[in-house]
Amino acid sequence: MNRRLFVALWLLVSALPVAAQEKFITVASTTSTEQSGLFGHLLPLFEKDTGIKVRVVALGTGQALDMARRGDADVAFVHDTAAEEKFIAEGFGVKRFPVMYNDFVLIGPKSDPARIAGGNDILAALRRIEAAQAPFASRGDKSGTHAAELRYWKDAGIDLDAKKGAWYRDTGSGMGPTLNTASSMNAYVLADRGTWLAFRNRGELTILVEGDKRLFNQYGVMLVNPAKHPHVKAAMGQQFIDWLVSPAGQQAIASYKIGGEQLFFPSR
Amino acid sequence: MNTLTESLALAAGLVTHFDAHLVEIVVLSLRVSLTATFFSACLGLPIGAAIAVGRFAGRPALIVVLNAMMGLPPVVVGLVVYLMLSRAGPLGSFGLLFTPGAMVVAQTILITPIIAALTRQIVADAWAEYRELLTSLGAGTLRAAMTLLWDTRFSLATVLLAGFGRAIAEVGAVMIVGGNIAGVTRVMTTTIALETSKGDLPLALALGLVLIAIVLLLNALAQWTREWAKVRFG
Amino acid sequence: MRWRNGRASGPRFALAEATGLPIRLSRVAAAPGGVPVLSDIELVFTAGGRTVLLGPNGAGKSTLLRVLHGLVPPSAGRIAWGGAAIRPQGQAMVFQRPVMLRRSAAENVRYALDLAGIHGAEADARIDEALDEVGLRTLAARPARVLSGGEQQKLAFARVWALRPEVLFLDEPTASLDPAAARAVEQIVADIHARGTTIVMTTHNLVQAKRLADDVIFLHAGRVTERTPAQEFFAAPRSAEAAAFLEGERL
Repeated sequence: MNRRLFVALWLLVSALPVAAQEKFITVASTTSTEQSGLFGHLLPLFEKDTGIKVRVVALGTGQALDMARRGDADVAFVHDTAAEEKFIAEGFGVKRFPVMYNDFVLIGPKSDPARIAGGNDILAALRRIEAAQAPFASRGDKSGTHAAELRYWKDAGIDLDAKKGAWYRDTGSGMGPTLNTASSMNAYVLADRGTWLAFRNRGELTILVEGDKRLFNQYGVMLVNPAKHPHVKAAMGQQFIDWLVSPAGQQAIASYKIGGEQLFFPSR
Repeated sequence: MNTLTESLALAAGLVTHFDAHLVEIVVLSLRVSLTATFFSACLGLPIGAAIAVGRFAGRPALIVVLNAMMGLPPVVVGLVVYLMLSRAGPLGSFGLLFTPGAMVVAQTILITPIIAALTRQIVADAWAEYRELLTSLGAGTLRAAMTLLWDTRFSLATVLLAGFGRAIAEVGAVMIVGGNIAGVTRVMTTTIALETSKGDLPLALALGLVLIAIVLLLNALAQWTREWAKVRFG
Repeated sequence: MRWRNGRASGPRFALAEATGLPIRLSRVAAAPGGVPVLSDIELVFTAGGRTVLLGPNGAGKSTLLRVLHGLVPPSAGRIAWGGAAIRPQGQAMVFQRPVMLRRSAAENVRYALDLAGIHGAEADARIDEALDEVGLRTLAARPARVLSGGEQQKLAFARVWALRPEVLFLDEPTASLDPAAARAVEQIVADIHARGTTIVMTTHNLVQAKRLADDVIFLHAGRVTERTPAQEFFAAPRSAEAAAFLEGERL
């Protein structure tokens, strides 16, 4: 019996490096693109066109860029323009391609204690939330959404470091978990529209503020610089980027819908 | 519908329809965790037996360290393995990061102390019973250790199962070093975490139920084997 | 039983390396686990004898056996086995409570032989012979741990029978056995002795001591009070402690 067990285990072990021969690239991306289901829609199309598999590691934008800096990804696909430009300036990325956009929406409970529903001014809404000391759930994870949120507070003239109190809940987690938190405590939360549309556990939450020009959410894609990390699969990585910005890729992005609603809009 | 009943129905549906996606994830989970358990057994059993039987300087301190390491935080293990296997890390050139191999490494590090510490306890108890006989028969330390490992094999099977249970239920470390890449490193626990993130709590719970069922099944099998062996071998 | 009358009719064999006798203890003290148990022991064990260690509980009988067998190192004094300071091969011991390895009866015997460097056909032959001797031949394939207490002790004897030791130490080998099993074990001990093995044993059973002993060593509070030929000892012990002990047994 023991010998058979041993053989079985050995087979398991020797079967492990099975995926090593595949043609693939690793993409550091954001939870919003992964969890909204966009990649599930795009990648099979790309693979069909090129035979290249794309392995997506979904993190916050900050973490995803760090991962790319360490050379653990071939391509970074994120949404924090300022951080992306810094990444390029530091020499970690080759060139930044704007690829698509969607927008952020301010979510909150239907009861709306800060009375912001229906507005289209994100700064005014944040000021009212702070004035009402209404619960607000923040990503707090250096993601693109978090960076955008901090920018809005700043532009609204609210010094978070001084003003944040029990009402401001720093979840330190991804978009999904933060929405779960907001849902369970009926808090306001800034989310990207894609993740929101794909999110199931909404509870009392609904979109309260949208349509402000400032809520524009741009996604960029960059090849990790092979000069910094020689093992980067530059050719295949660039092929992926070229495909994304090509008419075929752009149309694939535009055609992704949840419940008839388009989640991402091509940049070109 | 209430989440739990919805989840139960979903879980039943997933299992009865033999959902191909789910099967792939389950198989990967089993493969990774069984492999990690195998390597941990190769390391932990001899280490545990050596500490139980051997007499050397620093042994009491080693036992304390080993017992403490049973509580290694998975996230820390994951982070350390990530930094080791990262392209910028010392072992980066192997390109193991974000592969099942990396998850095996992380789980092996996590459960080897568990297997070693529990093995030490079991072998030490047996050593107390066998010591005079084995010394009388002229068994050296190495031979004694091997005899004790063999004679406690049914208890040690439970130890391996405990290690396997911890490995397959673990999420923090494999999420970091595996990256939860669909079809490559997505295992049961990271799928559950992902579905929870998406707010699809019923599906997450359904997957959790499937995971629990698998672990339960394996344990029942092991328990049954043990009972049978007890009758058969005493 | 075959050995009792017909030594010459059995196969000829040599006992295991006969180099460990006499065993000489000079001013030996022992303190296993830091607790002083034996002090000032002066004894010599020569070939062929059957010596029984007697004494009340806690007198140090078991510890003395373990010192003789090299399981407990002396805390003072010297012990020499045939002039050597290292325990020789050719010794074996049976404990009060048999320790069975988790494998079959036959494999338990094989394990002991394997450690003694005896393998293959020679081992097979000795296993059969030993299991025959103790009457467990039919249970050879049975897991040792499911045997009864009496059978397990017999198997422990089969283990040492197969080893053909020069010296055999027995620590109350019948203490946890029923009378029938105890008788059987006594017979095995007699057979082993008949092959030329030197026996040193402890017992609480005076009747058994009378049956088996050539001479008696009486221990009291970790010291030897007397060493006397058995018949003489049971008729009239020399030391007051032994006399009191025998008196107590009679009451």
